[in-house]
Amino acid sequence: MRRKSRMTVALFAVAIGATVLLGMTAISYDIPRQMGREFRSYGANMVLVPSSGARLEISDAMRAARLIPPASLVGLTPYRYEMVRVNMQGYTAAGTNFDEAAKTSPYWSVTGHYPKDPLDVMIGSDIAEFTKLPLGAAMSLSGRTEEGNRFARDVRISGIVRTGSAEDGFIFMKLETLEEMTGSSGVAELVEVSVTMNEAELTSLAARMREEAPSVSPNLVKRVTQSEATVLTKLQSLVFLVSSVVLVLTMICVGTTMMTVVMERRKEIGLKKALGAGNDSISAEFLAEGLILGAAGGILGAFFGYMFAQAVSMNVFGRAVSINWYLPFISVLVSILVTMAACMLPVRRAADVEPAIVLRGE
Amino acid sequence: MNILELKGVSMIYGAVRALDDVSISVKEGEWAAIMGPSGSGKTTMMNIIGCMDRPTSGSVFLDGEELSSLSPSQLTGIRRDKIGLIFQQFHLISYLTALENVMVAQYYHSMIDEKEALSALERVGLQDRAKHLPRQLSGGEQQRVCIARALINYPRLILADEPTGNLDETNEGIVIDIFRRLHGEGSTIIVVTHDPEVAEEAERTIYLEHGRVANVVKR
Ligand SMILES: Nc1ncnc2c1ncn2[C@@H]1O[C@H](COP(=O)(O)OP(=O)(O)OP(=O)(O)O)[C@@H](O)[C@H]1O
Ligand SMILES: [Mg+2]
Repeated sequence: MRRKSRMTVALFAVAIGATVLLGMTAISYDIPRQMGREFRSYGANMVLVPSSGARLEISDAMRAARLIPPASLVGLTPYRYEMVRVNMQGYTAAGTNFDEAAKTSPYWSVTGHYPKDPLDVMIGSDIAEFTKLPLGAAMSLSGRTEEGNRFARDVRISGIVRTGSAEDGFIFMKLETLEEMTGSSGVAELVEVSVTMNEAELTSLAARMREEAPSVSPNLVKRVTQSEATVLTKLQSLVFLVSSVVLVLTMICVGTTMMTVVMERRKEIGLKKALGAGNDSISAEFLAEGLILGAAGGILGAFFGYMFAQAVSMNVFGRAVSINWYLPFISVLVSILVTMAACMLPVRRAADVEPAIVLRGE
Repeated sequence: MNILELKGVSMIYGAVRALDDVSISVKEGEWAAIMGPSGSGKTTMMNIIGCMDRPTSGSVFLDGEELSSLSPSQLTGIRRDKIGLIFQQFHLISYLTALENVMVAQYYHSMIDEKEALSALERVGLQDRAKHLPRQLSGGEQQRVCIARALINYPRLILADEPTGNLDETNEGIVIDIFRRLHGEGSTIIVVTHDPEVAEEAERTIYLEHGRVANVVKR
């Protein structure tokens, strides 16, 4: 009975070890995918600019963007800039698509809301500070059309945005509004792209884009991709370290449990040897026990590890984890190997038991 | 013909001479008893005869083989094939039934054979206790299971260390009866005992004292 509860403890040790092992590896395998998406919140990782001239045909940019697999495309945002005046003061007006801007620039902090009406604008926080214009205030905006004629519109401030960059001095509006005001459409200064890809994939994507649309020059935003790579390697080595520590602890726990079991069963082992059991049969019996322990613990652990990885992924990334089909098998195999390794010393101790102890009746 | 021969066997544990230059021999089919006060070296001698321990010096011949020249695994083979052991404390495996305990000896010897194990239990009168666990058996019944286990592989030599030490008179009688029958069938038996009644049954009693043979009495 006591032996059974000891084996249960050992079983749990293996199961917990395997849980952590599978959970951690599953997450660390999945992290690049998940994190790729998360890191996108720190901005676009590719910017499409015209390869010559000041402006880009949006249709060319779209043709290039079709090379991106839909599953890895996070956002694609055009920006068209025009000089405008408000109260004799010159500003840059930026026409964009706010649904996409929310994806490529999720770090923007907006008070009020993104422009909804054609005559809604969102002003940068620098302008808001300088002009002291509050949310909802009206503004008279003027500029020149493509043909050189003057235009003027009364617009309403629907939101104030803090971007933490030069864009805080911009007036944002819908691209269609700007196109309507200037009387020309289909062009942009740049298109920001956010994709879940690593640096190598991005580089090859950029090359293919250049070929597909020569008028488009894709530039990688290097700083973000590289820091992603370092963070990921660090995370993965942390996961590796934690898993190794847990495996060593599992080994120690299984090893001491098996050692105790061997000590408790000294009499029985001695008896079996007195009856003619060889060292190999005694060792085989304990190794078989280790094998069952490792397999059972490993299977339990694979199951709980999957749940664990799933829970972590849901909580941290809000998405289901995807596990390679071979990961559970590997984790069961590793559990078996670790358990067997932990059994080596106790097994040797069992083989060393002298049959003479049976008659001595210690 | 001697099945067993000890020549100048000594067993020294530090300062203790558990056996001191013992020379005895046992004939095939003989029933020998070993008596002596506590600590006189009886169990030590049984361990050496049963190939479970090696003497410090001297030589042991079992069935014509000199034991000191054998490797540990060869000794294991001799224990398995030639020796049947009966213990004072029975040493049954607590989570196995009577039948399974007998089959353990078959398992390590060759292969398990439930029918044969059952007939061994029948020979000691326990056929209807086959499925009982040791704790569900009386001391006498446990000892009979132990005997059935010792006999299952037809050993050349039966070694019993105080087989009746833990039994009452009735059960002692049953065990002596079994020994008598085995002896009648030609088995060689060496039994260590404190009990003169058990020793009386043997053809020869060897008295040990301080690790030496003090006296040998033939009946
Ligand atoms: N492993 C050992 N290490 C040290 N001394 C031992 C060992 N085994 C036996 N002895 C000593 O050897 C002597 C003989 O012991 P043994 O067990 O053979 O006696 P015995 O005749 O069987 O006694 P009993 O009738 O009490 O069973 C004793 O003094 C004992 O203390
Ligand atoms: Mg003794």
